[in-house]
Amino acid sequence: MKEIKHVIADPLGLHARPAGLLVKEAAKNACNVTVAVNGTAVDAKRIMGVMKLAAKQGMELTLTFDGADEEAAAASMAEFLKANL
Amino acid sequence: MREGTGRPVFSGVAIGRAYVYRHQQAELPGSCGDAAAEQKKFDEARETARAQLTELFEKTKREIGEEQAMILDVQMMMLDDLDYLEGVQDMIAGGASAAQAAHETGDAFSAAFAAMDDAYMQARSVDVKDMATRLVNILCGGKTGFSMEEPGILVAEDLTPSETVQLPKDKILAFVTRQGSSNSHTAILARIMNIPSLVQAQITLDDELDGKLMIVDGFEGHYYIEPDEATQAAMEKKRDEAQAYRQQLEAYRGKPTVSKSGRKLKLFANIGNPDDVKYVLEGDAEGVGLLRSEFLYLGRDTFPTEEELFEAYRKVVEGLQGRPVVIRTLDIGADKQVDYFGLEHEENPALGYRGIRICLTREDIFRPQLRAIYRASAFGPVCIMFPMIISVDEVRRIKAFCETIKAELTAEGIAFGEVELGIMIETPAAAVLSRELAKEVQFFSVGTNDLTQYTLAIDRQNAKLDEFYDPHHPAVLALLRMIAENAHAEGIWCGICGELGADLSLTETFLEMGYDELSVSPGRVLELRKKVCESEV
Repeated sequence: MKEIKHVIADPLGLHARPAGLLVKEAAKNACNVTVAVNGTAVDAKRIMGVMKLAAKQGMELTLTFDGADEEAAAASMAEFLKANL
Repeated sequence: MREGTGRPVFSGVAIGRAYVYRHQQAELPGSCGDAAAEQKKFDEARETARAQLTELFEKTKREIGEEQAMILDVQMMMLDDLDYLEGVQDMIAGGASAAQAAHETGDAFSAAFAAMDDAYMQARSVDVKDMATRLVNILCGGKTGFSMEEPGILVAEDLTPSETVQLPKDKILAFVTRQGSSNSHTAILARIMNIPSLVQAQITLDDELDGKLMIVDGFEGHYYIEPDEATQAAMEKKRDEAQAYRQQLEAYRGKPTVSKSGRKLKLFANIGNPDDVKYVLEGDAEGVGLLRSEFLYLGRDTFPTEEELFEAYRKVVEGLQGRPVVIRTLDIGADKQVDYFGLEHEENPALGYRGIRICLTREDIFRPQLRAIYRASAFGPVCIMFPMIISVDEVRRIKAFCETIKAELTAEGIAFGEVELGIMIETPAAAVLSRELAKEVQFFSVGTNDLTQYTLAIDRQNAKLDEFYDPHHPAVLALLRMIAENAHAEGIWCGICGELGADLSLTETFLEMGYDELSVSPGRVLELRKKVCESEV
């Protein structure tokens, strides 16, 4: 299992569009990906759950990766988060 | 005859057959008894829904704009959401039909969003419902459409964005909705289409109403069903008079706006987005005196990029075919719902962090906007106007920043044109300092709505204050006179872009004060021109 953290810098937080992008990014990987905010964890490959986190600017996202490709998945997700959120 | 009221959105009279539009709400078919067969139906419906949404997305993007289209993109993603799909699967496995499962699972998700304490997320519940309803309609016989055999009046509870896109717009004479505010999708559409409409109408939607003769009076906010002869005759007369009046104004199309004594006035239009350019041309305005920039920032989740801003401004400049456009920079504050600006809640947004105050402290917002405007100026005459000014120092800072932008563009080899810089005079401070301010800029445009509100200390949203409010208050008129005198003393032009500009009872006063330009709704230009041409001033 691999874990990364990211504080949301985007002023709009994790709203519909960025949530959509994050889900699309997570879905590229075979491993299980979860995203958690303030202790609530959801499947990062499911848009409605990710949107329901209603994560705002300044909140810390914790992403966990579990599966064969977890190393690569975590690395590319870290890149994605830096560039988009 | 039955009659009732609603809040009018657009003035005019429409007479025609009522068409009751309802969300498909017929009883849903039960399961055929074979869960696998129901699941297959659902999967097929999902493919159809995806195809419909893709088509709708393209159509919306073409006809209305990217902003509205994004709503449909979110719906397409929801259609693929595993939480939703598993919910449906479980229900079907438990004996529900595909339609029941799609509907109930959609309702459950929609309710979950509606219960969130975040206004933006609450609004997403409509998207979930819209998506689920689409699936249900497909499963119940492919009838998502709604047809009108002849032009008529559309009566509905409310309309979702994807419903409004699908409506046969060429046949709609008026909208009447039981819900909706003056900013609802329906109201916005009505204004764009120039058709009389009522929102929050007191009306019962029964099948009986369908097909009955109906009249909507958008002047008074009134409707009549099966009108008696006297009412119908009176309304036909009103409609014909409105038409005749408009017809008569046609004589002034293409004419110069000059009073009998030879005073010239420019009649410009106020618009809110690039699609409104066609109304500027239809209304025969001589240019745009106020292009609001807020449209570029509202209804989205991220700041627009310089390219997006540039494309929108360029579209307006090109569309105006050589007519000038005055672009007002962003005038947004805490009263507008733009979460991504991260503005803190304010007790008094009208006196708060808004307009130029945001731009002067947030270079990341101001820079791309100014660069985009300068770039658009390469395609036709452009003026830039800055809102909420209270001091000479602010204007000097803005001018210095504009110089920096121009130097950047020059260094990058990017073309731009000659751009006049002006300011809105909408604070009493700017009015009092207008002589000094006039030395710094090339024009003034008086925003009478805010100037009146700030001068009288009266909030126009507060109906209790109506008895104290006087739009022709002598203090406001004295400021208007002073502003024009000071502008002309320093050799710059001045105009008015607030609602007062369209007040025909003041047109002669403005001429006499020496105003050079009035900017009004595109539909008001011809009647103002008539007034000026008939004036002795």
